[in-house]
Amino acid sequence: MALITTRKVLAVAGVAALSLTTAACGSSSDGGGGSESTGPDTTDYSDWCGMKSELQGKSVSIYTSIVTPEDASHKASYKEFEDCTGVKINYEGDKDFEKNLPQRAQSGNLPDIAFIPQPGLLQTMVDTGLAIPASETVGKEVDEYFGEDWRKYGSVDDELYAAPLGANVKSYVWYSPKMFKDKGYEVPTTWDDLMSLTEKIAADDPGAKPWCAGFGSGTATGWPGTDWLEDVLLRTAGPDVYDQWVDHSIPFNDPKVSEALGKVAAILKDPKYTNGGFGDPSTIATTQFQDGGQPILKNKCYMHRQASFYASNWPEGTKVAEDGDVWAFYLPSVDESSKPVLGGGEFVATFRDAPEVKAFAAFLASPDWANAKAKATKGGGWVSANKGLEVKNLVSPIDQQSAEILQDPKAVFRFDGSDMMPSAVGAGTFWTQMTNWVKGQDDKTTLDNIEQSWPQN
Amino acid sequence: MSTATPPPVSTEMAEDETHVEAKTPHGSGGSGRRFGRSATGNAARAVTNPWASAVAIIMALAWTTPTVGLLVTSFRNQQDIQETGWWQALSTGFTLDNYSQVLGGAEGQPPLTDFIVNSFVIAIPAVFLPLLLASLASYAFAWIDFPFRNALFVGVFALQIVPLQIALLPLVTMYQQIGINGTYWALWLSHSAFALPLAVFLLHNFMKEIPASLLEAARVDGAGHVRIFFQVLLPLITPALASFGIFQFLWVWNDLLVAITMLGGNAGEGSLAPLTMVLNNISGTLGNRWYLMSAAAFISIAFPVAVFLSLQRYFVRGLLAGGTKG
Repeated sequence: MALITTRKVLAVAGVAALSLTTAACGSSSDGGGGSESTGPDTTDYSDWCGMKSELQGKSVSIYTSIVTPEDASHKASYKEFEDCTGVKINYEGDKDFEKNLPQRAQSGNLPDIAFIPQPGLLQTMVDTGLAIPASETVGKEVDEYFGEDWRKYGSVDDELYAAPLGANVKSYVWYSPKMFKDKGYEVPTTWDDLMSLTEKIAADDPGAKPWCAGFGSGTATGWPGTDWLEDVLLRTAGPDVYDQWVDHSIPFNDPKVSEALGKVAAILKDPKYTNGGFGDPSTIATTQFQDGGQPILKNKCYMHRQASFYASNWPEGTKVAEDGDVWAFYLPSVDESSKPVLGGGEFVATFRDAPEVKAFAAFLASPDWANAKAKATKGGGWVSANKGLEVKNLVSPIDQQSAEILQDPKAVFRFDGSDMMPSAVGAGTFWTQMTNWVKGQDDKTTLDNIEQSWPQN
Repeated sequence: MSTATPPPVSTEMAEDETHVEAKTPHGSGGSGRRFGRSATGNAARAVTNPWASAVAIIMALAWTTPTVGLLVTSFRNQQDIQETGWWQALSTGFTLDNYSQVLGGAEGQPPLTDFIVNSFVIAIPAVFLPLLLASLASYAFAWIDFPFRNALFVGVFALQIVPLQIALLPLVTMYQQIGINGTYWALWLSHSAFALPLAVFLLHNFMKEIPASLLEAARVDGAGHVRIFFQVLLPLITPALASFGIFQFLWVWNDLLVAITMLGGNAGEGSLAPLTMVLNNISGTLGNRWYLMSAAAFISIAFPVAVFLSLQRYFVRGLLAGGTKG
């Protein structure tokens, strides 16, 4: 008791001393902002370039998970806005963004704008009451240039909070066009084709295996496995069931999910088919995801399912193109009538109610920015679902292909499910159980364990 | 007035003391407690025990092998690292590319030297500030009689138990209110605050050990508290100051959590970020530049290792003297 009192006295004395000595430093601008206005702001911000008189000299801080070297092209793409309005953009990248953003909301230290890479985190931020609904201008841009799926992922309770920014496509299979050509293989367009090609490769080439994979990723080990299951479920059960599965209105171990996992197992857990260049299927658990597809270059493996961003993992000098060393084809659907796309992306959430912030958010939602960003990304590795993005502005062939897939009217986009599930599952048991699964645990135990770990509420 | 410091203890003697200290708790084979040369002999015999040596060597190997592997890896290019283990490095060759990319600032990254300077700017005041405050406080706790002294000392000591993670958010909120969040002040003050309980405790034990007669003599000669503190005590507790200084420097240098909370994640041009923040971000958004991490880590390690090596004799002496007071 005496101890606690002492500590309290000390703490109070400390606070008093601190505020006395540093009160002269002045207080920083309020980063939190308020959301007094109930409805969306109806001011037209699309003509941000004509608002110089109003915006000159202001600054906007943005906080993102995008760090060097990928941030350079982001900063470069804001130049047009900065020149035109006189607003200064302060960019801050942090790899621990997902952890630090909620913490900054708590301590009243929020940026003006955050690029949120997970719809689940957007929901959390909206729940704090500090996020500001998107202005009408942003709403119009989103309606005009993004699909309905994207609008939904940027909304909470049907109210749009955040316009989509970048995107990535996960439904890719990397392969070597040269190896395919030498053997006379065709890029498969249906799931059955894919399976018969797999069988054919296994029979044709005893020195290699049709598939290679790696689930290793430090504390996030297992996430490539979750992508596999999501991608296949999206194909076998369709987007509606996928949505129900993600929001847990059907159990995690629903028969449709077991069916999808069975299809994944038919590839990943068959020693005839995996793990090219590394050994038997259990090596998938210990292979780093960055290394997972590399055996393709050594002719030890034919196919590697991984997202578009895997392009940056090929060693320097590897030509990533349809006629190059490596290329990626769209992971085929069950048949050609539907085209589900699994992917991810960032969303622009705003936390300060000010014209310069809203004007900048409107700029980011517009095709002007998407095209500026495409031109600024000299090394490739960026794409947006913005339909106003001109594919020819993208530098790398794989980005162009991703943009075409995203803009395809037949495409049904679904966000990476593990990013939307409660983190106990999506960033916990889903990863660990998929890792155990590939090491040999059976399908049923795996799905049951994940279902059991779903938080009760 | 006696301001003379005792003759410095040679490193050799300090090491002999180490063995004695290590040996005595176990007794020495039934021959009773010994002193002087024979204790040295016992100690020598104890460390030449073949089993003990074998265990020591195995532990040393187990401990250093991964580090050596990392060091070798830092000199290999991406493809070699991916394809072969570091023990096969001799057959694949070495490169300084990783180091030059890290130091020179690969692709849009400002050069690393900026951040090394930042780290020093953070670490040096964050070491000296708590040292100054703690030595003053411990002097008071040790030699000035004031009401509730023991209760207060126990209170300060107990604060060691509070993990700093608990204090982080309230601190940021406070800094935010007084407008110093995102500046070096936030880091200096936080690191000092987190360091003080241990520093006060450690230095207090040291100060207490100094014979009261020495202080009395100084007082008789007319010295006040200020003079006694600066001219009698400070020279005597240099080993303790140095050993705590090393501790604190290592901690602040390697800190990421406090820096990332107080400064934010910015590691771009003109940022205040320390080296650890660059290490955290250097592999890129999607981790595709992982091969730079070992080189960056070794550059970062170099500074604390240099500090440690140059001050290590104080470190061992300071720890023993402070910790084994009976």
